[in-house]
Amino acid sequence: MAEMWINMGPQHPMTHGLWNLRIKVDGETIVDAEPEIGYLHRGYEKIMEVREFQKNVVLTDRLCYVASITWSHCYCLACEAAMDIDVPERAKYLRVVSNELQRIASHLMWLAAYGPDLGLLTALLWALRERELFLDLLQLITGARMNQNYPRIGGVRNDAPPDFDKYCSKVIAHFRNKLKEHEAVFEQSKLFQARTVGVGRLTRAQALDWGVTGPNLRACGASIDLRKLDPYDAYPALSFAPAVEKEGDSYARYKVRVEEMKTSCDLILEALKKLPAGPYRSKPPRRCEGEGFRRTEDSRGEALFYVIGDGDDRPYRVKIRSPVFSNIAAAPIMMRGNKVADVVAIMGSIDVCVGEMDK
Amino acid sequence: MSGALIDLWGWSHALAQFSLWLGSLPLEAGNWVALQTGAAAPGPLTGLIGFITGEGLTNFVAVIVAINILLLWATLLHLLIVMWIERKMYSRLQDRRGIMLGLGSSDFLRRILGPIPLIGRPFRRPSHLGTGFLQTVADGVKLFQKEVITPTNADKWMFHVAPVMIASSTLFLFVAIPWSDGFWLMGSMDKGVPVNPWGILVILGAFSIAPLGILIAGWASNNKYTLLGGMRAAAQLMSYEIPLVLSIIALVVLSGSLDPFELVRQQSVPLTYALGPFGRVTVPFLPNWYIFNPVLWIAFVVLFITVIAEAERIPFDIPEAEAELVEGWTTEYSGMRFGLVFGFKWLRAIAGAALIAILFLGGWSGPVFATVWAPNLAAPGTLYGIPLLPQEFWFTLKIYVIFVVFVWIGWSVPRIRIDQILNLGWKQLIPLSIFNILLATLARGFGWF
Repeated sequence: MAEMWINMGPQHPMTHGLWNLRIKVDGETIVDAEPEIGYLHRGYEKIMEVREFQKNVVLTDRLCYVASITWSHCYCLACEAAMDIDVPERAKYLRVVSNELQRIASHLMWLAAYGPDLGLLTALLWALRERELFLDLLQLITGARMNQNYPRIGGVRNDAPPDFDKYCSKVIAHFRNKLKEHEAVFEQSKLFQARTVGVGRLTRAQALDWGVTGPNLRACGASIDLRKLDPYDAYPALSFAPAVEKEGDSYARYKVRVEEMKTSCDLILEALKKLPAGPYRSKPPRRCEGEGFRRTEDSRGEALFYVIGDGDDRPYRVKIRSPVFSNIAAAPIMMRGNKVADVVAIMGSIDVCVGEMDK
Repeated sequence: MSGALIDLWGWSHALAQFSLWLGSLPLEAGNWVALQTGAAAPGPLTGLIGFITGEGLTNFVAVIVAINILLLWATLLHLLIVMWIERKMYSRLQDRRGIMLGLGSSDFLRRILGPIPLIGRPFRRPSHLGTGFLQTVADGVKLFQKEVITPTNADKWMFHVAPVMIASSTLFLFVAIPWSDGFWLMGSMDKGVPVNPWGILVILGAFSIAPLGILIAGWASNNKYTLLGGMRAAAQLMSYEIPLVLSIIALVVLSGSLDPFELVRQQSVPLTYALGPFGRVTVPFLPNWYIFNPVLWIAFVVLFITVIAEAERIPFDIPEAEAELVEGWTTEYSGMRFGLVFGFKWLRAIAGAALIAILFLGGWSGPVFATVWAPNLAAPGTLYGIPLLPQEFWFTLKIYVIFVVFVWIGWSVPRIRIDQILNLGWKQLIPLSIFNILLATLARGFGWF
C-alpha cells in the first residue's frame, strides 16, 4: 500500500477535544506524524488584559475543565508575586489540599479516558466512580464540582468546612482500596502490558529537548517536580517523593500517574494534619505595578503564568505556558515506527487537555 | 436425557398443508358450484386443487415455512436476547444498571393506563424501572427510520451489496446449526435419528464468506478508516479461519464424525475414557463431553479464542477499533445498512457459541437430574425417563452461558494490536492446534481416550 496521510481529528474519538493529528502511514506503520492545533483558540491572554486581576481567576478556571484549581492557583501565585504580598499560612495549606484533590480528580479523568482508548470501556466507568468521591470533596471545600473558582489573590475564597479532614481520610482510605482494582484491570493484564510496554518511547534527552514536563518527563527517568525543585505554598513543609519511572514508554507514563495519585493522597492527609489556625485570606491591592512570574506543577506538567501590571487594575500582559502544548510537540518522535493502533496508546498516555493547549 | 420440543419439519409441513388447504377452499367452492350447474363428475378445478394440495407444492411451501421459522427464531428471538444480555451484563461489570426501558417507560401507555386502578400500577412507577428489553427493539426501530446515506465517491454497487452479503452469509450459518433432535433445517432422518454428515463443514464454510464482504465494504466506502478496518478484518478473519478448522480437525480425528447430531449423541452418554490396554473407565455423574477429553481440551481453548476473533469481539475487535478508526469498516454505513453489519456480529457470536456447545459441551443434551423417572409399562422392570425441560432449553442455555463468558472477557480487557493478533494466530494458535492434531492422531492410533 502506498503511503497516505490520515487525519485523526478534529472530530475523532482519539482526540479528546478539538485538535488534529495527521499521521502518515505505510500500511499499518506510522511513518510520520504532525499535530495541528488551534481549533479551540479563545484568545485567553488578550481577554485577561481587559479584565481586573481578581476577575481573571474565573477565566483561568476555564483553561482546563479537568484541573481548574491548579490553573487559577498558578495565576494567583503569579499575581501575588507581582503585587508582592504574603499569603496566610492556613491558605497555603488549603491550597495544597485543594490542588492535590484536583490532581487526583484530573488523573482519574485521564485514567477514565485511557481505558476506552485501548478498548476497555469498563475502566471509564470505574475511574469516574472514584472521581465522583473526589469531586464531592472538592464540592465540600469549594462549593462546586467543576470550575471551582477557589483560589484568590492573597489566599483562598473560604475556609475548609468542619470535619473536612475526616471526610478526606475516609475517602482516601476507600480510594486506596479501590486503586487495587484499577491496578488489577490495567497493569496486571497481559493485554494492557502488550499494548503499552515499549510503545511511544521517549528518552530523557529527547524529553528535555522538546520541553516535555510533568508526569511525561518523570516517566523518562528525570526526577523533575516543581513541587520539590521550585517549591511554592506549603510544599516545602511537606515530605514526599515524586514518582519516577525509567522506561519512558506509555506504560511508564501510566505508572507515574498512578503513583502520583498515591503521593497526592499522602500529601492531602499530611497537609490536613499540619493545617495551622489563622486567617485564610489577606486583602490584595487593587492595582499593581510590577512583574510576577510563577510556575507550578500542574497535573499535566509545568504550568507558568507571567503577569505584568502597569499600575492599572488590569494586567498589562499575561503569558500562559501550557504543558500540553509542549508535550504534544514531542508526539511525532514518540509516534514514528509504531502502528496505527498505537496512536491512541501514546496520545492517551500523554494526557491532552485541549482547553489549556489552545488557550 | 431430554427430548425435543420443536419438530421443525413436522410443524412446517403441517403448517404448509393447512395453509394450502385454506387456499384451496375457494377452489373447492367453485368446483361445487360447477358441479351443481351440471359440469362433468370430478369438476373442472380438481386438477388445480390436486396440484395445490399435492405433495410437491406442500414440500416446497414447507421449506419456505421452515426457513422463516428458523430466521425469526435466530434473529428476532436470540439476537435480541443476546444483545440484551450483553448490555445488561457489561453494565453490571461497570457498576451500573444499564438499559432499563420497559413498557412503563412509554409515555403513551403511562397516560392511557396509568389512571386505571389495578392495571395501571406498573405505569405509575418511576418510568425507567423495566428490564430494558424493549431498548434493543427501540434501537432497531430507530435504525429503520434513519436515512441510508451513500458516500459520493463510494462504489455504490459494491457498497450496497456488501451488507447483504455479510448478513446473508451469517444467516447461512444457521442453516446447518441444529437446535435439537427435532429443530433442524439441514439434515435427513436415517433409522429414526437425524443425520447431517457434513453439518460442521457447512458451518465452517459459511463462517468464511463474511470476510470477503467485509473487505468489499471497507474498500467500496472510499474512506481511509474503512480501508484500514477492512484490511484488518480480512487479515484477522483469514488468519483465524485456519486454527478454527485445525482445532476441529483434532476433534474429528477422535470422534470420527462431522455430523452435529452424531457428535451430540456421542456426548450424551456417561463420561468414558478408553485407556488402551487397561480397558475402559466410566466416570459417574459426568457426561461424555469432549471438553473433558485429555487431548481435546486444547482444541477447546483454541476454538474458544478463535470464535471470539471470528465474532470480532474485544480483545479482537480491531477491525472496528472505535478509538483509532472511528467505527472501522462500518464507518460510512448508516440506517439499517449499519444495523445489518452491526447486528451480524452478535449473530456470528451466537453461531460461534452454538458451534462450541455442539462440539465440546454436549450440544442439546441435558443433565440426568432434570428427568423424572417412571416405571416403563411397556417393558416391566425398567424405568422410563420423562424430560422436565426440552432439548432446546439446554442448548439455548449453553449458548447464553458461553456468550456471557464472551461478554465477561470482552469487557475486562483492552483490545490488542493487529500485529499482536496475527502473531497470536500464526505463531501460537496454529502450532498449538497442529500439535493437538498430532496428539489426537496418536491417541486414536493407540486406542486411548
